[in-house]
Amino acid sequence: MSQSHVAEIIREAFPDAILQEESFRDETTLLLRREDLVAVGRLLRDDPRLAFSMLKDCCGADYLTLGRRPRFAIVYQLYSLSHNRSLRLMVGVDEGETAPSVTGVWPNANWYEREVYDMFGIPFADHPDLRRILMPDDFAGHPLRKDFPLGNEPVDHGLPPRS
Amino acid sequence: MGLESKLPEGILTTTLEKLINWSRSNSLYPVTFGLACCAIELMATGGSRFDIARFGSEAFRASPRQADLMIVSGRISNKMAPVVRRVYEQMAEPKWVIAMGDCASSGGMFNNYAIVQGADRIVPVDVYIPGCPPRPEAFLYGLMQLQKKIRQEKLRDRR
Amino acid sequence: MSSTQTSPVAIGQAETMILNMGPQHPSTHGVLRLILELDGERIVGVRPDIGYLHSGIEKTGENRTYRQVLPYTDRMDYASANTNNLGYVLAVEKLLGIEVPLRAQYIRVIMAELSRVASHLLAIGTAVMDLSGLIGVVLMYCFWEREKVLNLFEGVAGSRMTPSYFRIGGLVADLPEGWVEEARAFVQQFPRQLDDIEAIVTRNPIFLERTVGICRLSAEDAIAYGITGPTLRASGVRYDVRKAMPYSGYDRFDFEVPVGQNGDVYDRYVVRMAELRQSTRIIEQALNDLPDGPINAEERKIVLPPKDELDTSMEALIHHFKLVTEGFHPPVGQVFMSVESSKGELGYYLVSDGGPRPYRFRVRTPSFAAVQVLPLIIKGSMLADVVAAIGSLDLVMGEVDR
Repeated sequence: MSQSHVAEIIREAFPDAILQEESFRDETTLLLRREDLVAVGRLLRDDPRLAFSMLKDCCGADYLTLGRRPRFAIVYQLYSLSHNRSLRLMVGVDEGETAPSVTGVWPNANWYEREVYDMFGIPFADHPDLRRILMPDDFAGHPLRKDFPLGNEPVDHGLPPRS
Repeated sequence: MGLESKLPEGILTTTLEKLINWSRSNSLYPVTFGLACCAIELMATGGSRFDIARFGSEAFRASPRQADLMIVSGRISNKMAPVVRRVYEQMAEPKWVIAMGDCASSGGMFNNYAIVQGADRIVPVDVYIPGCPPRPEAFLYGLMQLQKKIRQEKLRDRR
Repeated sequence: MSSTQTSPVAIGQAETMILNMGPQHPSTHGVLRLILELDGERIVGVRPDIGYLHSGIEKTGENRTYRQVLPYTDRMDYASANTNNLGYVLAVEKLLGIEVPLRAQYIRVIMAELSRVASHLLAIGTAVMDLSGLIGVVLMYCFWEREKVLNLFEGVAGSRMTPSYFRIGGLVADLPEGWVEEARAFVQQFPRQLDDIEAIVTRNPIFLERTVGICRLSAEDAIAYGITGPTLRASGVRYDVRKAMPYSGYDRFDFEVPVGQNGDVYDRYVVRMAELRQSTRIIEQALNDLPDGPINAEERKIVLPPKDELDTSMEALIHHFKLVTEGFHPPVGQVFMSVESSKGELGYYLVSDGGPRPYRFRVRTPSFAAVQVLPLIIKGSMLADVVAAIGSLDLVMGEVDR
């Protein structure tokens, strides 16, 4: 079964869910409509033809300097153990918008979404425990945003100043 | 010469200061405190090949209250910094600190928002050991430097 | 509750105690903090607190060129740095669409498997030491063997723990003279040493008492929580990236994927022990079949030219200058490349905007998933089992917090 078949199965149930389909180096990326994400996720997990039972990774991305709209994307790397197949889902989220939580579909999304919240400041709706995860609670800002500086200190290499 | 010639055989004289410094320097108890990569090399130093016991420091104490040497082995994040400081404060005097590796010495390659740029920003450091991570030999050399430093200490400086 | 306020000793009423474990604790294998809720000695609630080793590696990676990111990958899972390097270089090579020569692939496999050996030895040694002081002597056996592996790393890269020996498009240098013989000597004696370790641990009654049936993880939960590596295989799921999605020529080698049945602490130990033997097999095959040939891909815009050409060829000098100062420009796109690290599936997600730096540099680490499952497996067990669980999951906090 080919990767495009996956998109067909999704389209059967949710005709408008897939906004964009992209293939690069044999990896398929489906850009989904945000409001369909949870329902599509449940289909991907439960349909035996798909069986994407494992959420390998979920992370955010900030497209600020590329000028793309919406500004943020949340990326889900799915894997089906029974079919040995991978799939990448993406949803766009703009500044000030809320992303849907897939914790109900894949329980390990819990911490990944906390990390996205911590690093990008994207809030999730219906998340059971939305707190910062890596940074201290009193930390200001969201480090992986492109407008957050790296925060490096100037390094003195011990070279004499140029005369 | 002097007093020694009057003493029976097998008796040495020294100053109390020297005796205390000698015993302190040869029985440094490090606190079991690992942060990152360097902690693995620290474990290797305690392992069978490099054998830190040759320098009297094999007794790693899990409680900072029983230790007198803190080895900052790895990068200190801003979240960890208060903990490092707390561990240091829990140790009883006299106490010494070794900054093991580049990250503990200066922040190393992690010059960014998350990492404290050197352990000396939060605790007083006695010996800095370069390397990423330092080899166990380098660490042992650093330990010997610290021993040397302790032997030169004056008791009145530590109150 | 008001009743407990009036009578502090409320008999027959459940009262729990909060116990803080870490971030400075000898058995949390780094700077993991667990907030445990105890009812007597039984654990009724766990809240892991991570981030104490957050080093901003992802952010830093986005501010470095592709070549400069490589040393940062060593310092995530510092116990098995080569597999981290491997995942990263493979991800960039996938992004670029290049393939490295067979000899480089073989050497990479040898290094990655040696890393797995070093990492598993560390995991087993420290876990056993945490469990019992009497058989904790195993740590010394493990470190003795590990030192031999580190010597081999030192031979090729000059560094024991953080070699950064791989480069995008190949390797930094070929194997030094006599290295293959040294590696072969190690591989030949290693199974005997493993027998020694097994003789101390595997049937030891204290060890069995502390591990069998402790902190079980079912296969369904493991999959749902994205657990990979030895922990998943100990739960009976035969999933190994080296078999499922072979990379770097792993499909050329004959090896088995050991699995457990019960998914308890003991099975995780047994699976790791069996994997050590399988790794030895892979290294042996790779050493025997090591092909001759170049170690770098013929990609002048990506791989640094050989040093001696810099004196004679103007073109090589220009390429060298361009690569070092600016870096190369991969095509626009995104890739996710995963490898089987010693802890489980390690994935790199790279987004390229066509510039010399990764636009998004993301690492999916197996230990992060493992910490998340920790509350699930230790809830309901005894306080002393927490240490067993942490040791059996083989957590490396550098990888969790990145």
